[in-house]
Amino acid sequence: MNEYKHLTKQGLWDNNPALVQLLGLCPLLAVTASVTNALGLGLATLFVLVGSNVTVSLVRDFVPSEIRIPVFVMVIATFVTIIQLLMNAYVFQLYQSLGIFIPLIVTNCAIIGRAEAYASKNPWQRAAFDGLAMGAGFALVLVVLGAMREIIGNGTLFDGAELLLGEWAAQLRIELFTVNYPLLLAILPPGAFIGMGFIIALKNKIDAVRSARAEKKTVTRARVTA
Amino acid sequence: MSFRIASSPHGHNQRSTSEMMRWVCYALVPGVLLHSYFFGSGIWFQILLAVVTAIAAEMACTVARERPAFSALRDNTAIVTAVLLAISIPSLAPWWIIVIGTLFAIVVVKHVYGGMGQNLFNPAMAGYVLLLVSFPVQMTNWLPVSAISEHSLNLWQTLHTILFEYTPAGYSVEQLRSGIDGVTMATPLDSIKTGLTQGYTLTEIYQRPEFSYFAGAGWQWINLGFFVGGLLLIQQRIISWHIPLGFLGGLCIPAFIAHIFAPDLMPGPIVHALSGATMLGAFFIATDPVSAATSNRGRVIFGLLIGFIIFVIRSWGGYPDAVAFAVLLANMCVPLIDRYTRPVVYGHGD
Repeated sequence: MNEYKHLTKQGLWDNNPALVQLLGLCPLLAVTASVTNALGLGLATLFVLVGSNVTVSLVRDFVPSEIRIPVFVMVIATFVTIIQLLMNAYVFQLYQSLGIFIPLIVTNCAIIGRAEAYASKNPWQRAAFDGLAMGAGFALVLVVLGAMREIIGNGTLFDGAELLLGEWAAQLRIELFTVNYPLLLAILPPGAFIGMGFIIALKNKIDAVRSARAEKKTVTRARVTA
Repeated sequence: MSFRIASSPHGHNQRSTSEMMRWVCYALVPGVLLHSYFFGSGIWFQILLAVVTAIAAEMACTVARERPAFSALRDNTAIVTAVLLAISIPSLAPWWIIVIGTLFAIVVVKHVYGGMGQNLFNPAMAGYVLLLVSFPVQMTNWLPVSAISEHSLNLWQTLHTILFEYTPAGYSVEQLRSGIDGVTMATPLDSIKTGLTQGYTLTEIYQRPEFSYFAGAGWQWINLGFFVGGLLLIQQRIISWHIPLGFLGGLCIPAFIAHIFAPDLMPGPIVHALSGATMLGAFFIATDPVSAATSNRGRVIFGLLIGFIIFVIRSWGGYPDAVAFAVLLANMCVPLIDRYTRPVVYGHGD
């Protein structure tokens, strides 16, 4: 159980693929113009990550280490194809608005990174959980960045959520304020870089405050012996 | 005996930053006066709004960074940033334009990078680019100069337009821009750009009312005003002559060559030098001591680079003017320029 707790903490915070490892920045920056797009890509990545981690973990004893990377890529590509066809069938409009970034999940280094670093060395249950935690951490950052950019750029939240979640989700759309002239920069790629910078800065600040607090708690003892 | 150790820029004059920045403001006066003569009193409100916003943002940032609130204000750099940004935007732009631009310039471009002396990019130009990219309509709504304009606004009408986007009589800025025949008047550089794409020759374009003696009506005098102010700064040794010379050389020499080869398609060096933000950029914006190159040789290269990028974007790019983009692109090259133009230490050359 302790191992799972550790994995959760690693995936969501300490070793977050987006904030700390800075992996998969291309889709992260490109599709987070709205929460809906961010959530869609986050869930797709999560699914691929869990699937590829489990598969890689199951076949790890049969794959010669010389050709492991091509094998991992094939496994990941299989899951990406599955998710791509599923999205094409069930959430077609979202599929269209995410465009090239769904097939590009194959090249997301966060996924092959986890396959190589964790799944190829651990039993499948743990590998699955690792994929879940890492995928959730990645999706979380996507959603936060998407929300930030959508609010600043458009004044809305969950605009177009019905494309992802079905008709009922149309009510989720929140109009925080109306803007006659959207702040286009937040929607454009530079806004993603700037927003990402602020999120990373915030995380580092939180970490610094926490470690400062932890230091205060530790009792320092006077040395009595030499 | 003790030696005083100061950080760069190592000026030979014994002036404090705040005094230098005050001189920059004085030197802007002729250009700003001409600007308000040709484009109406809007610029004064823009400057006022920008300065107030900049001071508030600067104080908020210094407090947030746990420094004394008034320490950063004393060096006047925030005020210069604010004034430069206010001069660069259309004088009837709505109030929130300048507020957003100044906030971005001071908070994100300056203080996030570490405050005065630490910013990689020129704050005023980064703010300008944010505005231009985000609000292209408001940022290109330049009025025609008052001499050929159908409408002239008094002080109250100007203020009303800036605050509510409409004159008291209900005209939008878009309507104010149209001439007697209802055709919207453009800035000279805009006219050149759109005219050339529509297949007119420069000789035909120069017949339009936006142009007079050397270049665009009004704009040429404003540029000359900034040129005079810039010469004052050089004479006072606030700035060195290297960046302005490189800037104008990088812009005018390619323009001259291109003009010789295609006189009806490429505007000549005088049109380039006296249009848009050329002089403001050459003497006041590119010479920002923080984000420019530091050695004299490096400054010439830095200036040449900016001038050349402006020439390229004005001739073949999507935007009519390019000072802000050119300055930001050159800012990115500064570490490289400084790396290769580092003066040789005495006795260590080969």
